[in-house]
Amino acid sequence: MLLWTIIKVALGSLLANKMRSFLAMLGIIIGVGAVISMLALGAGARHQVMNRITAMGTNLLVVRPGGAQRRGVQSGSRESLTLGDAEAVLQSVPDVQALAPLVRGRAQVKYFNANTDTTIAGTSLSYLAIRGFELAKGRAFTSVEEDYAARVAVLGSAVSTQLFGERDPVGERIRVKNVNFRVIGVLKAKGDQGWFNPDDMVMVPYLTAMRRVLGQPYLDELDVQAQDAATLARVETQITSLLRKRHRIRAGADDDFHVRNQAELIEMASTVTRTFTILLGGIAGISLLVGGIGIMNIMLVTVTERTREIGVRKAIGARDRDVLSQFLIESILISGLGGILGIVLGFGVAGILSGLSDYQTVVETQSVILALAVSGSVGVFFGYYPARRAARLDPIVALRYE
Amino acid sequence: MMIETRALRKSYQLGETTVRALDGVDLAVREGEMLAITGPSGSGKSTLMHILGCLDTPDGGEYVLAGEDVARLRKDRLAAIRNRRIGFVFQSFNLLPRLSALENVELPLLYGGRHDAKNAAAQALETVGLRERMRHEPSRLSGGERQRVAIARAIVTHPAIILADEPTGNLDSRTGDEILALFQRLNADGRTLILVTHSAHVAAHCGREVGMRDGRVVNGG
Repeated sequence: MLLWTIIKVALGSLLANKMRSFLAMLGIIIGVGAVISMLALGAGARHQVMNRITAMGTNLLVVRPGGAQRRGVQSGSRESLTLGDAEAVLQSVPDVQALAPLVRGRAQVKYFNANTDTTIAGTSLSYLAIRGFELAKGRAFTSVEEDYAARVAVLGSAVSTQLFGERDPVGERIRVKNVNFRVIGVLKAKGDQGWFNPDDMVMVPYLTAMRRVLGQPYLDELDVQAQDAATLARVETQITSLLRKRHRIRAGADDDFHVRNQAELIEMASTVTRTFTILLGGIAGISLLVGGIGIMNIMLVTVTERTREIGVRKAIGARDRDVLSQFLIESILISGLGGILGIVLGFGVAGILSGLSDYQTVVETQSVILALAVSGSVGVFFGYYPARRAARLDPIVALRYE
Repeated sequence: MMIETRALRKSYQLGETTVRALDGVDLAVREGEMLAITGPSGSGKSTLMHILGCLDTPDGGEYVLAGEDVARLRKDRLAAIRNRRIGFVFQSFNLLPRLSALENVELPLLYGGRHDAKNAAAQALETVGLRERMRHEPSRLSGGERQRVAIARAIVTHPAIILADEPTGNLDSRTGDEILALFQRLNADGRTLILVTHSAHVAAHCGREVGMRDGRVVNGG
């Protein structure tokens, strides 16, 4: 029998019992809807974390003074990283795309009677590219301004708003710790990342910060961008061995600095969100199982009700497999239709969730495909037993059935 | 011979006792015959009809249908024989309620994998005089009309034989006679028919009557 004819017959019998078909579908609708929306919640969490991590920059290594923390005690000096180290890394480690020294401190910034307490980041031009900042207005400082410790500042968008409101700050003079600075640019907002706000800072050349504002001869951080993700690990070991040599650390002794790898952060974050997603998806999957049992129940009732019809079909030449496929397709239609409606429901719930709360939700294509595949398989799995029962009916017995 | 059986045997287990429903049935039906099988309840005529209709297989003996030995075929082959070589007409019509008359008649052709089902089905309905009502569901047809649809379904595949089990049992006598006349017309067109009945009136309209008792043919064989 042609597939289309079987589908037409199956659709006909579903429509003949609209309420019952819908109730049988409801379990699948709710199950698929739950799976889709829960996976969307998990994917949303993952995207959020990934955005935060990539907002910090890509292929990034962060070198900080002081050894790795052990039981809350930091070994090594906080003053071990110098501009000389930065120069050496840039000169002798291959595959370093860019490097930015960083000194950091809190300070009050004033413009007439407006003032704000913010982070002063003394760094180089390359910091913008490494950390993925873009300019909204004006320009960044030049290498000449870096070398001569010029008193120029690039404002983070939050600081710009605090001090200037809607006005254009480029060309204005601000005071940082009683030193006059000329504002030459404003950064585009990156958005609050939860644990820190990258827009709440004032960027000045590192020499200016070290000599005129913070008065510290050592670096707080060295940001290194590797050529690509593949070279990240090699760059990391080369920096480690170079700095150990420069700092004259004997073999076996602890480093007086530590290198943090962004890939490790991503790895950790995705492990956490994966567990979260599996947990949510698993709970939602149970409701899908319950939906499947509902379909099996309805199909068993249908087969019993239509025993005589099965007998007639067999008498006029239906083979066992014709009857099997008829009932199997009926249950696949129930679960497949339920799956499609469930996907619609899932999109709706995901939308409502992200509308009503801070949680971001992302419905991924693969979770839609997964939901369709699973609901289809539920139809096959839970429809097979009733369909086989129908197919194996003895035509004589079925014809006599009242 | 269209149908030839030799020493057909079939027994059932009913609790402790074994019922010999068929106890050596020899039957020969020529092409173009119209045959009535009569007998009281429990004489084995229903069992014989099931075996002749390939709904059941005998325990022993031979059954040759249109030159093909069909006594010991597997289920799928039997289904194919039922589909192509046998047309069934039941006492209670057994039409599928949600399908139109036309769709009901199409069904055997669809199971047989035929593509010109619609035309052939319409033609069969024309033969039984129901062409103008072919879009109606069974619930909108009278008893006589329903049985005509069932007969159209039985003849649509041009089977070797048409088996009718008490075809007038659920109809009033006037409608019954109309159905009987339809059968006679089909027979006159050369179709082979076997009617199982316990009505002497129906049997009298057939060309030959075979009487059964206790699983054996007692007269007319």
